[in-house]
Amino acid sequence: MSAIIEARGIVNRFGRQVVHDGLDLEVEAGEVFGIVGGSGSGKSVLLRTLLGLQKPVSGSVRIEGAAVTGQPERELLAVKRRYGVMFQRGALFTALSVAQNVELPIREHYPMPDDLLRDLALLRIRMVGLAPGDAAKYPAQLSGGMTKRTALARALALDPAILFLDEPTSGLDPISAAAFDDLVLDLQRGLSLTVVMITHDLDTIFRVCNRVGVIVDGRMISGTLEEIMNNGHPWIRDYFHGERSRASQGGVKSDG
Amino acid sequence: MPFEVRDEGGRSRVRVHGRWTVAEAGSVDASPREIPPGSQSLVFDASAIEALDLSGAWRLWELESGHKAGGGRVSWTPSRPGLLAFIDETMAGEPGTPGHAGPARGAFAGALQGVGQAAARTREGTLDLLGFIGVITAGVGRIFGSLKRLRLPSVVRHVYETGVSAVPIVSLIAFLIAVIVAYIGAQQLRKFGGEIFVVDLVTVSVLRELGVLLTAIIVAGRSGSAFAAEIGAMKLNDEVDALRAMGMDPVEVLVLPRILGLVIALPVLTVVADAMGLAGGAILSWYLVDIPLGQYVDRVQGAIADTTFWVGIVKAPVFAVLIAMVGTLRGMQVRTSSRELGRLTTTAVVQSIFLVILADAVFAVIFMELDI
Repeated sequence: MSAIIEARGIVNRFGRQVVHDGLDLEVEAGEVFGIVGGSGSGKSVLLRTLLGLQKPVSGSVRIEGAAVTGQPERELLAVKRRYGVMFQRGALFTALSVAQNVELPIREHYPMPDDLLRDLALLRIRMVGLAPGDAAKYPAQLSGGMTKRTALARALALDPAILFLDEPTSGLDPISAAAFDDLVLDLQRGLSLTVVMITHDLDTIFRVCNRVGVIVDGRMISGTLEEIMNNGHPWIRDYFHGERSRASQGGVKSDG
Repeated sequence: MPFEVRDEGGRSRVRVHGRWTVAEAGSVDASPREIPPGSQSLVFDASAIEALDLSGAWRLWELESGHKAGGGRVSWTPSRPGLLAFIDETMAGEPGTPGHAGPARGAFAGALQGVGQAAARTREGTLDLLGFIGVITAGVGRIFGSLKRLRLPSVVRHVYETGVSAVPIVSLIAFLIAVIVAYIGAQQLRKFGGEIFVVDLVTVSVLRELGVLLTAIIVAGRSGSAFAAEIGAMKLNDEVDALRAMGMDPVEVLVLPRILGLVIALPVLTVVADAMGLAGGAILSWYLVDIPLGQYVDRVQGAIADTTFWVGIVKAPVFAVLIAMVGTLRGMQVRTSSRELGRLTTTAVVQSIFLVILADAVFAVIFMELDI
């Protein structure tokens, strides 16, 4: 296994506030990697840095061996086609229907006949568990869960190798959240994806993630779930051994 | 997405090779026509595929299912790619038809439908406007009932944003317009030897019409659009619902301070514009017609009646109400999409400028009848 995403010595600063102070991150191909951290610990900034949307003060990011940092926009395009991003609140284009939202990136990057485009969009819409009848709906007509699924379908439009999820289950009820977790796992296996997700949801972490990276003090401590659970850092201990956490672990254990 | 078909007596071997990914999906028409329809058995040879992703697999799945639908049998060597099984799973269940936005119509029916929709929209718009005027009137009534409901900091902010920060541009434009009027006037009046009347021309036209009208048009462009965009973005972000849920009246919090702020700011801006216009007239008169400043001031005082200044300034609050109401109403009408936000902001500016000019015409008729 080789690292599909590799970040070295990331430093991000805003004014005097240091968000990341030499953060290292490695994600292996085919795994589900969860990024955890307290509010304000710089999870979203890290995501934007990995995506190449934000230039770090120093440090480097490589995706599939190709440099992301310090690249001109044109060079980055090839990398951007290899990942899909699902933003926290969906970031669907409100003026476009569900099908048009999914078609947009394909249409932009690869010329193809309209009926094929429609078929490919519909395949993705069905793949994320939406009904074909939802394809003509507009984002304002969608429920929270459907918005997330549409955003996921759009993130997978270009058949990416890597899927970034920002708080995929926030705002969903526990049953929908569990269903969404299962969907992510299904897609990850079916399409051989590498998934990187930011999440606060302990259920999701225990259910889906192979490895976890915790941002503490501007650095990342990563490892398998077991390793992280046994880490002595006070924040990590509080996070994984608090009351909410015990409930989640109990739930998973009784499942299997 | 290359593939070749070879007949092997009774069955056909389809050798699939190269890259089958989303990038190539549209490049080759992988139509099943090349596969002989008579052959009952088809063997897909996937051993030479370099890259396969979901979109490429979809093309293979299409080929495969097209052949199966014709009654043929399909087998794979060395093995069927997993992505095809994934598509099987996805496409299982009811076939389902994608939703349509509505049946397509012919040109005539389409035009008729357009007219009907426009009529319905106009009716809705008019009702909205009437309702909005009612709500605002009620809101103003409540403010008079209890001054606590008047949100003074908010009003002050809007006076600053719509008034104070518009002073430079309004001054500049009033000055330039007065210069233009004076210049053209001097040229024409010279033919009659009446250059001195340039002063009358500039003074009367700036004070009665141009000062207030230009100011209102600039403010409609600056602040009418800002009102619509601000409130529209708040609607999209559910902020307006949040206000309602917290027991605050959006009209009272968002609309009335803007209207009130502009009603204060626009007359003040008009005074500034009048002053700058007269200054522009003074400079041009001195430069073109050699009228010294002292004489210019005398002449101005002779040119204006007691009412001239007030005839201009009295229109300002009316224009302010029109601009602020149209802007906030259009903002409130944004419901779902960012496209709507753009459309309604444009509408707000166009309509408020139109209404300002229309109201100015009405004022002109009224003043003529009143002999002012």
